[in-house]
Amino acid sequence: MTEAGYNFGYLDENTKRMIRRALLQAVALPGYQVPFGSREMPLPYGWGTGGIQVTASIIGADDTLKVIDQGADDTTNAVSIRRFFNRVTGVATTDRTAEATIIQTRHRVPEMTLREGQVLVYQVPMPEPLFRLEPRVAETKRMHALADYGLMHVKLYEDIARHGAVTTSYNYPVLVNRRYLMSPSPIPAFDNPKLDRMPALQLFGAGREKRIYAVPPYTEVKSLDFEDHPFKPARADAACVICGSRASYLDELIVDDGGKRHFVCSDTDYCASRPPLQEAAE
Amino acid sequence: MYVAVKGGERAIGNAHAWLDEARRGDPALPELSVEQVEQQLGLAVDRVMAEGSCYDRGLAALAVKQARGDLIEAAFLLRAYRTTLARFGSSEPVETGAMRIQRRISATYKDLPGGQVLGPTFDYTHRLLDFALAAEREAVPPAPEAPADPAPMPRVTELLAREGLMRRDATDDAEPPDLTRDPPSFPVPRAAWLQALARGDEGFLLGLGYSTQRGYGNSHPFAGEIRMGEVTVEFTPPELGFAIELGEVVLTECQMVNQFAGSKSEPPQFTRGYGLVFGHGERKAMAMALVDRGLRSAELGEPTDAPAQSQEFVLYHCDNVEATGFVEHLKLPHYVDFQSELEKVRALRREAGR
Amino acid sequence: MSALMRASGLQLHFGKVAALDDVALEIHPGEVVAIVGESGSGKTTLLRVLAGMMAPQQGRVLYDGQDVHAMGEAARRGLMRSDWGFVHQNPRDGLRLRVSAGGNVGERLMAAGARHYGNIRAEATEWLKRVEIDPARIDDMPQTFSGGMQQRLQIARTLVTRPRLVFMDEPTGGLDVSVQARLLDLIRALVAELGLAVLIVTHDIAAARLLAHRMLVMRHGQVVEQGLTDRVLDDPQHPYTQLLVSSVLAA
Repeated sequence: MTEAGYNFGYLDENTKRMIRRALLQAVALPGYQVPFGSREMPLPYGWGTGGIQVTASIIGADDTLKVIDQGADDTTNAVSIRRFFNRVTGVATTDRTAEATIIQTRHRVPEMTLREGQVLVYQVPMPEPLFRLEPRVAETKRMHALADYGLMHVKLYEDIARHGAVTTSYNYPVLVNRRYLMSPSPIPAFDNPKLDRMPALQLFGAGREKRIYAVPPYTEVKSLDFEDHPFKPARADAACVICGSRASYLDELIVDDGGKRHFVCSDTDYCASRPPLQEAAE
Repeated sequence: MYVAVKGGERAIGNAHAWLDEARRGDPALPELSVEQVEQQLGLAVDRVMAEGSCYDRGLAALAVKQARGDLIEAAFLLRAYRTTLARFGSSEPVETGAMRIQRRISATYKDLPGGQVLGPTFDYTHRLLDFALAAEREAVPPAPEAPADPAPMPRVTELLAREGLMRRDATDDAEPPDLTRDPPSFPVPRAAWLQALARGDEGFLLGLGYSTQRGYGNSHPFAGEIRMGEVTVEFTPPELGFAIELGEVVLTECQMVNQFAGSKSEPPQFTRGYGLVFGHGERKAMAMALVDRGLRSAELGEPTDAPAQSQEFVLYHCDNVEATGFVEHLKLPHYVDFQSELEKVRALRREAGR
Repeated sequence: MSALMRASGLQLHFGKVAALDDVALEIHPGEVVAIVGESGSGKTTLLRVLAGMMAPQQGRVLYDGQDVHAMGEAARRGLMRSDWGFVHQNPRDGLRLRVSAGGNVGERLMAAGARHYGNIRAEATEWLKRVEIDPARIDDMPQTFSGGMQQRLQIARTLVTRPRLVFMDEPTGGLDVSVQARLLDLIRALVAELGLAVLIVTHDIAAARLLAHRMLVMRHGQVVEQGLTDRVLDDPQHPYTQLLVSSVLAA
């Protein structure tokens, strides 16, 4: 059952068409930020309104939707967004990455390799990868048009000169299809390699900043680095206390007043799909 | 062993039940009606209509009640509702020169055609808490009324313009842009920033306008005129081809008069900063007029280095629904990013320790 | 040898004031040309028009046969990152003050595609030495440098990618006389060593004599006299040039 008085997916059909046109342009120009007429949504800006509008524009009755926040299906904002789509579309939802046709995410890329035909929709707070270096939007627009990205490399150079390593650990800038500098959204740098030549379609929506961008399937996505300081994805050097994984991205939990720490998989579906450890590891 | 907290759905449901209970307050007291909000908290309703950019007193009052008096939350509710409404078209431009005046003052002329009308104002009240309001009162006696003055009330800036002293603003019959439909591309035309300011946060504009008076943007403003009252809204249905009256809305308009030293091509004259808001929103209209004049500095060949003179700065930050969303999103979980920062800081410290 | 840059019929008026009045100019590879004149003579405007930073109302500027003002901003910025360099009078306009000296020199290398940190750093170190800045200061911010050092850093940053044509706008303008002399020597040595073509705007006749092969004298937006530097200075033809030269001699 869908909410009475609202169109399927909440947005009206003209708005969906407008957004789909922006999506087509975004797919045609991988990594390029397409301005779009972002609508005022019934959820706050900064809480996923861009991702929600993208999902609402592409979702159909046969789709199966998964919504994650921080890799988990049960975080409050993921619950809230899944419930929103349940109210306004009535489509099936799932926790299983493999079963989903559309996965809307905030801050993570699932551990499982996505396949052709799946769509990964990212919620993006700040689409502009250069905004900390140049806050003027008109100027960053010009920099993208001219592929004038020297400033971004200077930032990386300065990090290495001062700290011996690049200090960016999430929202790590990437170059898409050797042309556009792109923010992968605030995913941990650990997830960046998953974007490269991903078989699934990746769509990015920034509602407050009114931008959409995309990475089509099998597109090259390169994390910026130097030949002698190659990009290194990092994770905590530990194993998940539930499934024992030493490959997945981990959340760190403080479990007592003494500051004792445990690590668990951030991707709850990945963790649940693995056989649990017989005994707690520690 | 620690198990991640499950049951987000139930937690959200319970939180919202608690919210509802807190909104109602002590059940022994009578519940506030939407009509009471509309009638007795009229300026809150006006502000919500202005920042929600939807003129409907009943809905705005409902939003104020639902938001427990949080006016930004109420504007957000009204906007989210507004965006789902079908659009039939645009009204004809309203004629504020033909406003049915409730209040009209000028700080630049002691007297002028139509006179000064104070209207229902806090001005000149002594800000002493009125404990009589804390008790139930007898009926409030009606304020004394004078017969309506049939004399027209020309706008002060128009009087100056006739003398050639007020710079004529460029007129443009082009359809103004709609920021709620089309993303802005900077620089934007004045019509776009006026729209953004009219919807913008009163507090933010107040601070920015104030900054222009303190040297951040060189302005020398006089309140040429402030007027508040009803104007008629007309609409031309395509099938009729002529305008019909839809009703009246209350607006507050402010025209600030500012010095302008002139340029190579123009003699010294006055220039205008313009503010127009839904309802009785005098502080907002005045602040808007100051910021409008600030944003015109580029057009007038003045320096553009103050915050109130930067289109991007003002337009990207004046919308309180956008601002509150992004500020408050910081309370959403960020533990994945924080974890990556933890690992990075630990690694950098190891590196530095070597 | 064909000209590297050729401008003709340049006109630019601000209201009734003629900043450029039918100006023509040529510069050949490896040639240093000075544009001299008092402030307000149009010489800085000419430099900005030649470098594509300002459009003339009439006339054309050809670089390597391409119209600088018709080529579009992307191509122009591309030139500015590769073939051209611009040294501003105030080093603050040509440096990133919140980026280290090494990063300032490295930026142009990285914009040109360099992606090896070690090589970029080695090259930056080398260039700091060449402009007589202690390489130990490679990670220091330009704000902590003296005016003369900042100007030498700007020159290193500009020359690191070995441009063919460098525009200099009063490069010694804000400096003490003793510092000026040292900087002029440095510029002269680097220009000769790298075989650069340089267009230098200056009101300093002595600087022009030291650096330039040829010079143009501007007044009220017009080139009133031009020729080989020694000839113009030793045997000025135009009364205005005579005045300029004599005022320097008298000073």
